[in-house]
Amino acid sequence: MIALLLWVPLMGMMTLALLGKRAKAGRINAYANAAMLLVSLLLAWQVWREGPVEGGGEQLRVDAFNVYLIVLTAFVGFTTSLFSAPYMENERHHGRVTEGSLRLYHAMYQGFMLAMFLVLTANNMGLLWVAMEGATLATVLLVGLYRTPESIEAAWKYFILCGVGIAQALFGTVLLYFAAEQLPDAGEHALTWSWLYQHADVLNPDVLTLAFVFLLVGYGTKIGLVPMHNWLPDAHSEGPTPMSAILSGLLLNDALYAVVRCKMLVDGAVHTPVAGYLMMGFGLLSFLVAVLFLHRQRDIKRLFSYSSIEHMGAMTFAFGVGGPLATFAALLHMTVHSLTKSAIFITVGHAAQIAKTQQIEHIRGLIRTQPAIGWGLLIGTLAIAGFPPFGVFTSEFLLLSATMRSYPWLTPPLLLGIGIAFAGLFRHLHSMVYGHAPEGQTPVKANLWPVFAHLALVLWLGVAIPGALSDWFNQATQLIAGSIPL
Amino acid sequence: MGIAQQTIYEQAVLFIAAVVVFTSFLMLAQKRLFPLIALFASQGFLLAVTTALVAYDRDYPHLYASALITLFIKAMVIPWLLRRWIIQLDVHREVESLLYPTYVMMAASALVLFSYYIVLPIERLSTLASRNALAVSFAVVLLGMLLMIARRQAVTHVIGFMSIENGLFFAAVTATGGMPMVVELGVAFDVLVAAVLFGVFFFHIRSSIDSLDVDELNRLHEVDTR
Repeated sequence: MIALLLWVPLMGMMTLALLGKRAKAGRINAYANAAMLLVSLLLAWQVWREGPVEGGGEQLRVDAFNVYLIVLTAFVGFTTSLFSAPYMENERHHGRVTEGSLRLYHAMYQGFMLAMFLVLTANNMGLLWVAMEGATLATVLLVGLYRTPESIEAAWKYFILCGVGIAQALFGTVLLYFAAEQLPDAGEHALTWSWLYQHADVLNPDVLTLAFVFLLVGYGTKIGLVPMHNWLPDAHSEGPTPMSAILSGLLLNDALYAVVRCKMLVDGAVHTPVAGYLMMGFGLLSFLVAVLFLHRQRDIKRLFSYSSIEHMGAMTFAFGVGGPLATFAALLHMTVHSLTKSAIFITVGHAAQIAKTQQIEHIRGLIRTQPAIGWGLLIGTLAIAGFPPFGVFTSEFLLLSATMRSYPWLTPPLLLGIGIAFAGLFRHLHSMVYGHAPEGQTPVKANLWPVFAHLALVLWLGVAIPGALSDWFNQATQLIAGSIPL
Repeated sequence: MGIAQQTIYEQAVLFIAAVVVFTSFLMLAQKRLFPLIALFASQGFLLAVTTALVAYDRDYPHLYASALITLFIKAMVIPWLLRRWIIQLDVHREVESLLYPTYVMMAASALVLFSYYIVLPIERLSTLASRNALAVSFAVVLLGMLLMIARRQAVTHVIGFMSIENGLFFAAVTATGGMPMVVELGVAFDVLVAAVLFGVFFFHIRSSIDSLDVDELNRLHEVDTR
């Protein structure tokens, strides 16, 4: 089943590389993603019944922690592909992309999904790195798809910064391998995560601490942690909107997943919370810097990409705090953030098509022009700002209570940050959704059910987490933090 | 423990490590693109030699394959591609002006010292050769970054980027006797794809700003001040 999860996007990539010019390419892309969703659900069912599943001669492994991320990745990938088909068709009508670049776009969409699933299923830390770099390579041309000077600049920055950043993670991986090789029976298992996890307590703590610094900086570049975040707003704002949705909703999560896997090893070897402190430091810094930058943005996609940095910072902080409650909060936050943020990017993409610009000051009166998009943006922003009935509120509340319990003096900056972020989002939002629409602004053809499906799920998660899901989260928390909350 | 007490193999690794870091210094001082590419190719060649040496000493047959891959990709394909592109882009006669060459060199020496400081905690674990090799490879990584910071030419940036990758390979080979084969193949594939994508970008950048000076890629700002 694991192998099938990787074969589907691989086949999809090849098919679309051949047939991507056809008008049906968008639909083929959606079918391939639907197949991935189906396979991921079957895989989840298998893990649910039998526990951890291995494949490919222990190179691949799925347990309670990554299985829910796999389902989430497949789900967001599927709904975004539904949105992407009419959206990209629109872009082609406006002459922003050519048929050739559409073929590249669709093939690389599948390539990106392949890389993401490989990141999530890899049990070999080296393979994890290769897949992560592969994700950069698959998306870098897509960021520059429009060939404007700005998009080329964004893509170049993305390529160089993430390339150099992730090279640090490879150095960390080499150090990890070096530490593992000191053990007598390491042999070919020396990079296998499950083996390393079992033997974590005998790995050399000094080397592992050093390795973790490199791994955190390396994968942290892809999470968008300050001060390595420079590429993120550029890449999100200049690339096509479906790319922004899956970069924000999936790539950032999966990079954080890699860091957490590394932290689990380091925590086993080093009996001080040094890895947690590092993550808390980077996380809090990213959170606070990003909320301040929210106030100074004029481009709507940049606005929401800073919001992504903010939330990734909060999650990194939560995993750093450790303990069952904070870990549970972080896992829940990963889910609700990627659902909400991809929904927001979908509406933002349509809003930019209506207004024919991404400048916030020229986007006006969305509710009057096309109510579904206006309301989608309004509700999505309410959800991401952490308003009560939505899931983001629940996870942020859990995070705050966990922080209150372990590090009470860190709660004020967190609360303050949430407040500032709220103000930063709403000062821009109000005039975009309400107010008079400019002359000649017409609705666009849009498929908005992914948006409302995502938002409904986030609402559901906020009101009541279904039993099966909370069981998953509990199992994952048990794995990461050693016990379950409550 | 003096150098004379080491085995011939360890002496050889130490010697190559010194030469590798020396090529990094030469890159920092080189203003012209063709010699820069030649330096990069020679670094790749040294890497391949080291890999073969480790394969012989530790008797790891799979490392011979890895040495061949390194030789092929790092010392032949990538330099050849870069050479072809800069001829096509007609930038091979350009001479880059170095900003603050003295300070850059001093910073580079400081970085080498710093990387020795970083690997201090590993002292107890390893032999003299592998410890030095780790420090040197980290120094090569840092010097590659310095090259990218100090220069403005896109091709030079790519060479800096690739030499960072060289440093990582050197670490993997000398400190641990190479990564597992599946990882090495994956990394080699990534590097090759990255090189091709860089080529695509040279032409894109050229057509969008009419030069390869990355300082002119300055339209996007953290905070919009308009």
